Amino acid sequence: MNVLVFLIPVSVGLGLLGLAAFVWTIAKGQYDDPEGSRQRPLDDRFDDAPKR
Amino acid sequence: MTAACPACAALPDPARAATAAPDLVLHLPDIHCAVCIASVEDALNAVPGLGEARVNLTLKRAFVASGGVSPDTLIDALARAGHRAQIFDPGLLGGQDRSGRDLLMRVGVAGFAMMNVMLLSVAVWSGADHSTALLFHLISALIAVPAVAYSARPFFGSALGALSAGRLNMDVPISVAILLALLASLAGALLGHDRAAWFDAALALTFFLLVGRYLDHMGRSSARSAAAELAALEAPQAVRVVDGREEIVRATDIQPGDLIRVRPGDRLPVDGVILEGETDLDRAALTGESQPDAVGVGDAVAAGEVTLTGPLLVRTLRAGADTSLRRLADLVAAAEMQKSRYAGIADRAARVYAPLVHILGAASFIAWFYATADGWRALDVAISVLVITCPCALGLAVPAVSTVTTARLFRKGMLVKSRTALERLAEIDMVVFDKTGTLTTGRMTLTSDLSEADLMLAAGLAEGSSHPVSRALAAAAMRRGVTPAKLSDLREIPGHGVTATTEAGPVRLGRADWVGATEGATALRRADGSVLPLAFSEELRADATDTVAAIRDAGYEVTLLSGDAPDAVARMARTLGIETALPRMSPEAKAAWLSAAKEAGRKPLMVGDGLNDTGGLAVAHASIAPSSALDAARNAADLVLLSDHLAPVAEALRAAKVAKARMKQNIAQAVLYNVVSVPVALAGFATPLLAAIAMSTSSVTVSLNAVRGQK
Repeated sequence: MNVLVFLIPVSVGLGLLGLAAFVWTIAKGQYDDPEGSRQRPLDDRFDDAPKR
Repeated sequence: MTAACPACAALPDPARAATAAPDLVLHLPDIHCAVCIASVEDALNAVPGLGEARVNLTLKRAFVASGGVSPDTLIDALARAGHRAQIFDPGLLGGQDRSGRDLLMRVGVAGFAMMNVMLLSVAVWSGADHSTALLFHLISALIAVPAVAYSARPFFGSALGALSAGRLNMDVPISVAILLALLASLAGALLGHDRAAWFDAALALTFFLLVGRYLDHMGRSSARSAAAELAALEAPQAVRVVDGREEIVRATDIQPGDLIRVRPGDRLPVDGVILEGETDLDRAALTGESQPDAVGVGDAVAAGEVTLTGPLLVRTLRAGADTSLRRLADLVAAAEMQKSRYAGIADRAARVYAPLVHILGAASFIAWFYATADGWRALDVAISVLVITCPCALGLAVPAVSTVTTARLFRKGMLVKSRTALERLAEIDMVVFDKTGTLTTGRMTLTSDLSEADLMLAAGLAEGSSHPVSRALAAAAMRRGVTPAKLSDLREIPGHGVTATTEAGPVRLGRADWVGATEGATALRRADGSVLPLAFSEELRADATDTVAAIRDAGYEVTLLSGDAPDAVARMARTLGIETALPRMSPEAKAAWLSAAKEAGRKPLMVGDGLNDTGGLAVAHASIAPSSALDAARNAADLVLLSDHLAPVAEALRAAKVAKARMKQNIAQAVLYNVVSVPVALAGFATPLLAAIAMSTSSVTVSLNAVRGQK
């Protein structure tokens, strides 16, 4: 069972990574304009880089 | 644990989000696609000196770093690109976006913690030995305690608020269950007890209830922000004349005695007396009267009326809160108080449920302590009772349905503003319509059969005026494909009509007595001196007849309350097949009529648009305003139509009934699940595993029932 010493921190760490990513997306305002995000890819000008 | 801290740090921080410093918000009501986004952003970026511009399609707004460019320049630039734009004052919206993000963050944290603790719990459930289980419990505690402390704060706050006010609400048993489960499990883990730990249950409870809360918030905030948006768009302004100079000021800054200049087409901002000029005054908003009145020097005018033909100079008698609008506002305020006391299904369920849960929990603790004399065992059973009775499904039952229905109605062109509107709409048994502006478009149509030459002449004269009659003539000419005659010396005499000269002699279009006719209200004088009376009627909304018929066929009693003259109202009622039609109703009379109907046990729905309807809209059991309504009416209404059609009214009544049935089904489901599981918990057989399964399945079935397709 010694392997738990690594496995538990790894599993919790991965979870935290996911949470951090979620927090980052909120902070970047990625949920502020779902309708716009759905439409913007249809326009050519955003092909190379998305508008910030 | 650091889980809460990055969350705090990432919470919307306006100062930081504003690095691009969008200091100007434009409202773009017409944008709807990728091409619109691109053309708006292009148009704005082409304006020299402008910083960053970004369109938010969901909110239909553009956030612009203006860099000192005036808003009017931007609106002009957008108009050239073919977009309607208005300045938008975000200050009136308050921090609504914030609380949405805040809830989402809590959902995320609770979800993360729940999944991790659930993983550890699976090992315990499948039979980890004593020391491993203990280690897992400690790790679970390490994750769960900070996560609950952060995520469940909305529940704790609301529960404390209710308790300090001496009341019980649904958040009290929720908070007690979460806290008891957490603290007892924590004590067990720290003391090394080999007992079931409820960390996952506490987190699952928090997570599912937060999801319900978030759905509820999303549903209402989109509607509320749209309603506030409508209000934020109309910051009324006035032109004040000081020492012969004109200046534009906010209508709220006008003082009694100030001189106000009102241009044709403007809505009067104050009550007062006309000092100069004469005009036709549209009083429909205040009285429902469809024909404009001719007024001149010395006549009294009231805030909310619109001058149609001539410019006026008005001496202010009453301004701001003292205007005649005020008594309407008082009516509205009184009725809103009453309405806010309406208890929705969820509140009523909670009122029964919350005490019951506490009694059950306390009773099971006492009974088990008495029977076994084992405090920990008794506490365990009490916690399992609290956790199992604590209704995730009940928390989701109503918001899930109202979110789905609100979104569906929004796609059909209807905005649900009030939280309990759907439930009240489902109880409606009679529908009361206003006439002018609601069943009609507020425009006139020509009903006389004119020869082509007469119509050509009349339309030519009509070009000199923007009076509703002139617009009706222009529209009639356009429909028949008649080109308006070219007339010279075209002049509008405010309050009377339009005059011009032709080679054969002078021609006139206007009030019958001024033109020289003996009958009718409006007449045309041809060049040879003969007079032709013209008849007009109000233009019905395209689907008014069908909508009224559909509502009547669905079993609702339909009534027409109008401030207009008896014959106009009777004609309209006949056309639409409405049996009860009451003319000459003042704003107070409308509100009184609706109150009387309510006292007689009826549940009236008011559909109206004018200032004269606001009292009625507020008093009625539920209310709907068309998009063309004045902001006061839209504020008082529970639902706002977004299109020019009335059909959504019938649709909303139907959808509300379905929604209410779904809410009841959902609550019944949640109760059924309790009926089955509470005896198990009371008997002491409930385990954290059972609680986790029951909680998830009931929440999922309730949500699925909400989104199930409607026939």
